[in-house]
Amino acid sequence: MENSILLQELKSKFEKSILSVDETADIPTVTVAAESIRPIVAFLKNDQDFIFLTDLCGIHYPELEKELGVIYHLHNLVANKRIRLKAFLTKANPQIDSLVSLFSGANWMERETFDFYGIDFVGHPNLIRILNVEYMDYHPMRKEYPLEDATRSDKDDRFFGR
Amino acid sequence: MSEKDKTYTVVDAPEGYSAPGFFATTLDKAVGLARKNSLWPLPFATSCCGIEFMATMGAHYDLGRFGAERLSFSPRQADLLMVMGTIAKKMAPVVQQVYEQMAEPRWVIAVGACASSGGVFDTYSVLQGIDKVVPVDVYVPGCPPRPEQIIDGFMKIQELVGNEPLRRRYSAEYKELLESYGIKIDR
Repeated sequence: MENSILLQELKSKFEKSILSVDETADIPTVTVAAESIRPIVAFLKNDQDFIFLTDLCGIHYPELEKELGVIYHLHNLVANKRIRLKAFLTKANPQIDSLVSLFSGANWMERETFDFYGIDFVGHPNLIRILNVEYMDYHPMRKEYPLEDATRSDKDDRFFGR
Repeated sequence: MSEKDKTYTVVDAPEGYSAPGFFATTLDKAVGLARKNSLWPLPFATSCCGIEFMATMGAHYDLGRFGAERLSFSPRQADLLMVMGTIAKKMAPVVQQVYEQMAEPRWVIAVGACASSGGVFDTYSVLQGIDKVVPVDVYVPGCPPRPEQIIDGFMKIQELVGNEPLRRRYSAEYKELLESYGIKIDR
């Protein structure tokens, strides 16, 4: 199956939700509207054999209007084709549908993305921190923190040069 | 001199009075002598410092020469907690729990830059030194320290153990020290 056919089908089926398509990189990249991520992934899984969720992760572009992104990598194990989906969210309202009901493997990946970027996966059965300590009250991978707190003094001595 | 006449000193005798047939010293010193030459370390190894510790326990460096041949993988029978490697903040309560499970008297050695201060991992997920959660007796610098340095740190611990007064663990200062870490003592 050619990528162009797949992309055509996606465009015709989800016309309003496909924001942009980029075929210049290694695998086709489709930017989609966040609110329709679930039907698009369901279509790719059920009708197009993209039965494997390779990866799901977050990203933060502070300069964009929709700052937070979720990136999905899907793999068609039948035809050995891959596709990358991107969905962007505002920092004020970082909500996107969970894919746990489609891919069980999304469970921990969504927890990790929540942990590091604070993205709220609506419908996730257990959206709690997975890697960081439970009492952490921020999302450390967001690009909104100074590189170092200028007031910290726990390493102020001549050996650390501060 | 024949082989038979050679005398070997395993450990030096503490200060005391001796004459033919008897030797007298204080109980502190006798107990300290026994303790320091039969420490049972608990290796809490999380990264490369742990690899250096494996070399330290091996035939070439042989920590067994210092009476620490018997590693204890249960905190209940360990005298010395050796924390070797990066301790993530998520691991911090585990280190503290292991320390709490050790019977008195107990000592702690922080091996390497990470255990001592967080090392290069000056970041949100790493504990900036195990002395944030447990009291540390000896710090061994290095990234990772060579086995010679670990042995040196161990000998510093032996010095502390050998000279520790028997009353120390019952003192108000010690109780205060543990309480400053939020560690309960049940006596």
